[in-house]
Amino acid sequence: MLDTLKLPDHHYLNDGHGLKSWLLTKDHKRIAMMYLISISVMFALGGFFAAGVRLELMTPQGDLFLADTYNKFFTMHGVVMVFFFLIPSTPAVLGNFLIPPMVGAKDLAFPRINLLSLYIFWLGAAFFFYALFSGGVDTGWTFYTPFSSFSSNTNVVPTALGVFISGFSSILTGLNFIVTIHRMRAPGLTWFKLPLFVWAHYATSLIQVLGTPVVAITIIMVFVERAFGFGIFDPVRGGDPVLFQHLFWFYSHPAVYIMIVPALGVMSELISTFTRKTIFGYSFVAFSSLAIAVFGFIVWAHHMFVAGISPYSALVFSFLSFSVAIPSAVKVFNWTATLWKGSISFEAPMLYAYGFMGLFLVGGLTGLFLATLGTDIHLHDTYFVVAHFHYIMVGGAIMGYIGGIHFWWPKMTGRMYSEFGARMSAILVFVGFNLTFFPQFILGYMGMPRRYHAYPDEFQVLNILSSAGAGVLGIGYILPVIYLTYSLTRGKAAGPNPWGASGLEWQTQSPPVTANFTEPPVVPAEPYEYTPHVAREANLV
Amino acid sequence: MSSKGVPLFPEAASSFATNVDNLYLFIIAVSVFFGVAVIIAMVAFGIIFKQKKPGEVGERIEGNLALELLWSIIPTIISMVMFGWGAQAFFEMRVPPAETMTVYAVGKQWMWKFQHPEGAREINELHVPLGKAVKVLITSEDVLHSLYFPSFRTKMDAIPGRYSQLWFEATKTGTYHIFCTEYCGTNHSGMIGSVVVMEPQEYQAWLAGGSVGGTLAERGEKLFSELACSTCHMDNGQGRGPSLANIVGATAELADGTTVVRDENYLRESIINSQAKIVKGYQPLMPAFQGLINEENLVALVEYVKTKSPAARPTQAPAAAPAAPTATTDGMQTPAATGGKN
Repeated sequence: MLDTLKLPDHHYLNDGHGLKSWLLTKDHKRIAMMYLISISVMFALGGFFAAGVRLELMTPQGDLFLADTYNKFFTMHGVVMVFFFLIPSTPAVLGNFLIPPMVGAKDLAFPRINLLSLYIFWLGAAFFFYALFSGGVDTGWTFYTPFSSFSSNTNVVPTALGVFISGFSSILTGLNFIVTIHRMRAPGLTWFKLPLFVWAHYATSLIQVLGTPVVAITIIMVFVERAFGFGIFDPVRGGDPVLFQHLFWFYSHPAVYIMIVPALGVMSELISTFTRKTIFGYSFVAFSSLAIAVFGFIVWAHHMFVAGISPYSALVFSFLSFSVAIPSAVKVFNWTATLWKGSISFEAPMLYAYGFMGLFLVGGLTGLFLATLGTDIHLHDTYFVVAHFHYIMVGGAIMGYIGGIHFWWPKMTGRMYSEFGARMSAILVFVGFNLTFFPQFILGYMGMPRRYHAYPDEFQVLNILSSAGAGVLGIGYILPVIYLTYSLTRGKAAGPNPWGASGLEWQTQSPPVTANFTEPPVVPAEPYEYTPHVAREANLV
Repeated sequence: MSSKGVPLFPEAASSFATNVDNLYLFIIAVSVFFGVAVIIAMVAFGIIFKQKKPGEVGERIEGNLALELLWSIIPTIISMVMFGWGAQAFFEMRVPPAETMTVYAVGKQWMWKFQHPEGAREINELHVPLGKAVKVLITSEDVLHSLYFPSFRTKMDAIPGRYSQLWFEATKTGTYHIFCTEYCGTNHSGMIGSVVVMEPQEYQAWLAGGSVGGTLAERGEKLFSELACSTCHMDNGQGRGPSLANIVGATAELADGTTVVRDENYLRESIINSQAKIVKGYQPLMPAFQGLINEENLVALVEYVKTKSPAARPTQAPAAAPAAPTATTDGMQTPAATGGKN
């Protein structure tokens, strides 16, 4: 059946040739593909720094790099991965590509602004590369003052400006999504018929638009203090070093949700498609995204329980932090319930979805140890925290993103990849990830602090396990680069809907034409319809 | 008390360590229960409901309100147990008992300096007696640091420009790690040391051997006259500055009409940034000592001023101390109290 399929004659990839047709495009799909290439380069760079960190930590002595070099490695790993990979990842690539077809639109509301966001992202990355090639930066991705404002003699200002600039790209993407979702839905596509992927991106966009300006202001303050000697955070000049942490986490905690919530949206699509049924508790899953976005703004000080804040405010922030745990748990329970009486198959995207569920579960549950005051005091700034946020940001956000790439790759390129390779990759990533990060929970409770270049001997065994796991994880990430690239020219044609999925984006050809649809999409009566009856009707139309 | 403890846990060597460990084990138990339940369901459903033939679709089940409420409310209740127990353990760590001995810790890139009131000074090593509540007043000379005692299950950031504090009561003799857990630059991972818990009489012997150059308060007294503090702050109240007798722990009325409890942070600020809080009835004449005095000497001065308030020093006069001066404001040094004022 698949062998008889051919790629369509006209699609967005051959609508215009040459570099100029790409660099001046207003097509959200081409912009998404350029984002895909850009952030993949950044992911590889961030992975390179991670490899350096894990190699150094194989021995207790700081014997591979100088301390300063090691400090730059973990800093640039964090900066690249957070600001130049994770924050853009799912929204800028998958969201950009899919939100217009999912709502039945030709493009995003502001195509030129969409292209502008990509250029701004490149400009921000250029500042980062300038900082990198002039010697790097060593403040940690958190840029804590007063270390960043007067003590570090590395390239803090260009790095901070890079982050500042790329923030605008994030704001513009969010703005574009909000307007598109409000204004450009196909006739009849009401809010509660939208795919949960769109709901998740709506919630994410709100955070991007409301939160990012705060970190931008904070970075400007560090810049002003460093460049002009204003006393904002430096106590010697009358500033308050802890103020920085309040401002930084007011954005950077919600930023965690910028990374994870879109991946949660991907999950709902994957689980629905590969169980061939609607998501259990659609409205609970939809509203839990919004709840996470809202509560995410009022938990920031849980990063500061040992920063000398009032114990009473710590009490409030601990309480509120549990309030974020509940909507996350609700999502996991609903996905699990969706499996009940499904018609489940385990193609590669579903393997990623299963992996995601396992890792997100561990990441979420270990958050409880950090929201709980009595245990956080011991665990704060140890490897327990490192393990926890990697389970969320890598095990959750990146698993969701790569699972989504595998799911929509046929739509994006019109071709299928090696299913065997993809399954291998999903399994290697899952195993490698757990081997890398589970030992770090144990290290954390044993007391190993994060950002340590050298460490006491008793931590070595677990660190070796972790480094070995990182090797496996690395192979798991390199595999898709190979088989996905190979599929671009050699992959079988996918056809419009290889998975038998229900979303509007599957009603059009793969890859879609520039205007997404050749004829108006048929809006279903309910979201995620998989009844044979309706499927037949849709075919008749 | 078993000496082995839980495998893969650091030694539990403080009065609250076991409570923290039990809380940790409780959360592990809850997590394992829910985690395993979800994973079993995922795997079992995956097997039971595997697609039988191509084209088959799942049953359309929109949801179930009762289930949604159930799995929202039960986790909420369980998380409130965690919250409550966590808060209890936290306040146990944050509020020191009325009677403590005080040690001063100053973090700087990249070492920890400790000073005992009796005069002993150490670097990257802290000796403390067994079974006695020890309060550590912490500050930093440069950037943020964090003083972490894994075996006591507690830590607190060292923040330049103010004192923060933690306390512990060691329950097992031995030598345990001290780590810096707030990234502070090049040699962050070298900013480590050890805390040595000794039998009280050994500790006394150690103190006697280490107290060269007089007690901390004696050093402070010397500085008090060297820096000419004594010319204005006269004990008889006739000086241009207020008398410093019996002020620690007491409330003072300020020139702007507000009141302030005079604790260590207040004393520190009044030396470094003397214009920030002027006691009612006095002129803002005192020069600011910002940049003119280092943290160790500041600590000595603070300690000396505290000796002028014997009633507020419970370790010296236990009977006369209804409340330690900072027992209720532990760790609560708000930004407004120290920063952003000049």
